[in-house]
Amino acid sequence: MVIPSSLKNCFQLFYVLKISASGFKYTANRGLILQSVSSDVYQNLAVEDWIHDNMNLENRQVLFLWRNSPTVVIGRHQNPWQECNLKIMRKKNIKLARRRSGGGTVYHDLGNINFTFFTSKKKYERMENLKLVVRALKGLRPQLDVRATARYDLLLDGNFKISGTAAKLGRTVAYHHCTLLCSADRFILSSVLKSPYKGIKSNATPSMPALVKNLFEEDPTLTCEMVMDAVAAEYARCHQIDHHITLINPADEIVFPGINNKTKELQTWEWIYGKTPKFSISTCFNMMYEQSLLEVQVDIHVKHGRIEVCNIDLPEQWLPPAMCNELEKNLIGSKFCPSETTALASALLRICPQNYELHSKWSLLCENVMTLM
Amino acid sequence: MAAVRALRSCSRTAGRLICVHHIRSCSSVRFIKSKYMSIFDKSAFKFSHQHRLFKTSAISNGQIVQFKLSDIGEGITEVTVKEWYVKEGDSVSQFDSICEVQSDKASVTITSRYDGIIRKLHYNLDEIAYVGKPLVDIETDALKDVASEEDVVETPAVSHEEHTHQEIKGHKTLATPAVRRLAMENNIKLSEVVGTGKDNRILKEDILNYLAKQTGAILPPSPKPEIIPPLPKSEIAPAAPKDKGTKIPISISKPIVFAGKDKTEAVTGFHKAMVKTMTAALKIPHFGYCDEIDLTQLVQLREELKPLAQVRGVKLSFMPFFIKAASLGLLHYPILNASVDENCQNITYKASHNIGVAMDTEQGLIVPNVKNVQVCSVFEIASELNRLLTLGSAGQLGTNDLTGGTFTLSNIGTIGGTYAKPVILPPEVAIGALGKIQVLPRFNGNGEVFKAQIMNVSWSADHRIIDGATMARFSNLWKSYLENPAFMLLDLK
Repeated sequence: MVIPSSLKNCFQLFYVLKISASGFKYTANRGLILQSVSSDVYQNLAVEDWIHDNMNLENRQVLFLWRNSPTVVIGRHQNPWQECNLKIMRKKNIKLARRRSGGGTVYHDLGNINFTFFTSKKKYERMENLKLVVRALKGLRPQLDVRATARYDLLLDGNFKISGTAAKLGRTVAYHHCTLLCSADRFILSSVLKSPYKGIKSNATPSMPALVKNLFEEDPTLTCEMVMDAVAAEYARCHQIDHHITLINPADEIVFPGINNKTKELQTWEWIYGKTPKFSISTCFNMMYEQSLLEVQVDIHVKHGRIEVCNIDLPEQWLPPAMCNELEKNLIGSKFCPSETTALASALLRICPQNYELHSKWSLLCENVMTLM
Repeated sequence: MAAVRALRSCSRTAGRLICVHHIRSCSSVRFIKSKYMSIFDKSAFKFSHQHRLFKTSAISNGQIVQFKLSDIGEGITEVTVKEWYVKEGDSVSQFDSICEVQSDKASVTITSRYDGIIRKLHYNLDEIAYVGKPLVDIETDALKDVASEEDVVETPAVSHEEHTHQEIKGHKTLATPAVRRLAMENNIKLSEVVGTGKDNRILKEDILNYLAKQTGAILPPSPKPEIIPPLPKSEIAPAAPKDKGTKIPISISKPIVFAGKDKTEAVTGFHKAMVKTMTAALKIPHFGYCDEIDLTQLVQLREELKPLAQVRGVKLSFMPFFIKAASLGLLHYPILNASVDENCQNITYKASHNIGVAMDTEQGLIVPNVKNVQVCSVFEIASELNRLLTLGSAGQLGTNDLTGGTFTLSNIGTIGGTYAKPVILPPEVAIGALGKIQVLPRFNGNGEVFKAQIMNVSWSADHRIIDGATMARFSNLWKSYLENPAFMLLDLK
């Protein structure tokens, strides 16, 4: 019977993922190298989740290679408003994702490679993994000056960060993942990782901005494919397994039962924004209305991504106090999100006294408040 | 006594955990570690059903165990508590997540080693927690404590192979001691039960369902599992209807439990604003007027124009025609494009026809409007609609797009339905709901039956200032424009 090779792959992978070392004589029983065919960050993060929750890594280690379409990925306990420019991201359709590991914010695009090293909790060793990557790079291009720092970064030429690290430890499984800048768009990277929001007070994990550089800039003959292959080869050598990269499709429910639910969860507003540790914004901005400049003081507290406290101080009588109160009252409990606020403000406008001046003042105020989001 | 308790808790832990090295530095237990290891290896299997003796020797009704923060690895001694998943008074099962801590770019999920009730959290958010020091206090049930020791004893008797067998499958079967006991009593292999709890955990209901399936009793629907394990669920479903009415439930002594719970949440944000808007809307005395429109000619016309619009980069639906026809009608009946003040003392006839189009988005119902339809061509309306639709689905509509509407059309027909009773959106005075286009038989002028494309429209208007006759005449005019699109050409400005 002729079995199409994709189906064969599927079965092989299925058994490899389900049956542990002691039960199956397969060369991948001591290590496995997987590469995602998807560039959807949520799907790829879901693969990490799935492996973390479902695979038995007692006697086995896994290397997962993946790349994403333009996305900003924030750490588990970070504040997206503090870390990146959400306005530019919305305009350019750059996605935002929150990963489950700690650490700082990074920008991914197809010129950035992600490596995830899965081990049992006992064998969790970040420095070894980074050294592996350095060896692989040096093997490819011996003249490259790449080294790991004590903070688990990889520096090029001693100065430029080309890789950042984060890790997640569960009950029995741990994973360490890191990025590697090969040929990412540095211009977008720097514009998107700069937060325009002022006045944020938060205990969220801050990111450490660093000078970055692409490997491609150092050696234009290097491509992502070459680097991924080199790291895979080094991994195979270290773990004495076949240098065989198994391609996986993160949307395949048969090989990864339950993965689509994980993908969905990673895309929910509650996860991406709602998991932000509570923070407050205390700032003032100027509005221009009919040739006069008005100063507005805003104080908003956000918890679980929703507004808990909202105070807007306007110049005396510029807007009837009842209307301002109405806005503040309705914002409480609402998502700290411009589209929700726009919808809310427009709906409220329907029941206010209908006069052009009030409406334009209200719209102006709401537009300005939304710039904080 | 303390030593006995320690031994119990240690062996209970061991019974659960598959990896031996997971034994943590419970300081009172450390010295027993080696002793326990030998017990687990052999003599445990030899224990007979003498466990009853242990049961009667149980002393207190719940002991507070200090769950210490275990070693994270890499020589880390302190971490920051970032999120608590439990609070004091919550009950937890073994392996439930307790909190999330962070240390140097690593996020660690701390899971409970015990079943019990959380009595004290030793740290607040963002505080530094120390490895080896107490993290939470858990009150464990002493009786359960004993039950689990029976478990450790009995499980090997049932299947030590099963234990490792479960391991080999790569699926750890999770179940609390009470559930394991229930399974044991009924001679059920845990690996054969479909777990519907978190992480595929097997709950008491699952054991009961499994039992019921065995006896062919009628089952209530079990709670929907999040992750469906490779065990075929379809086995359970056919069994129930097949046996309905033929077998009487016999052996279930415990009542079948439905675990669903009501969920209450506050109405906030946009929904709260909608509550206010709709409450104000229903203060308006509405009257309705419905009719059917024969769109056969319009359907044909649109087919011809669609590719032309496509070339210009615009998707042409029926809405631009409906909107333009409405605007032409409003020119003859401007009272429908008006607005009244709060006490209905003044009526303002709006000059611009800003026709709103109801849109269903993630937020809910939003109504962006096309401005100044009276001076727009059908094509211009179509491209503006495209823009609003794109922004709407991306959640990027601005206040300018969402305010200033004077008249609204709601194309509920894209989802379904024929007649509706739309609610007027203040400060407007009229609204129309368009049903779906259906192919229906109709008689033409010669008395012959032909295939007609029929759509229903349901208007609602403010009866304080608009009367039925006005609405009817407007509707007839609008209908005539759509049934004979060439007629629109005559009046186009």
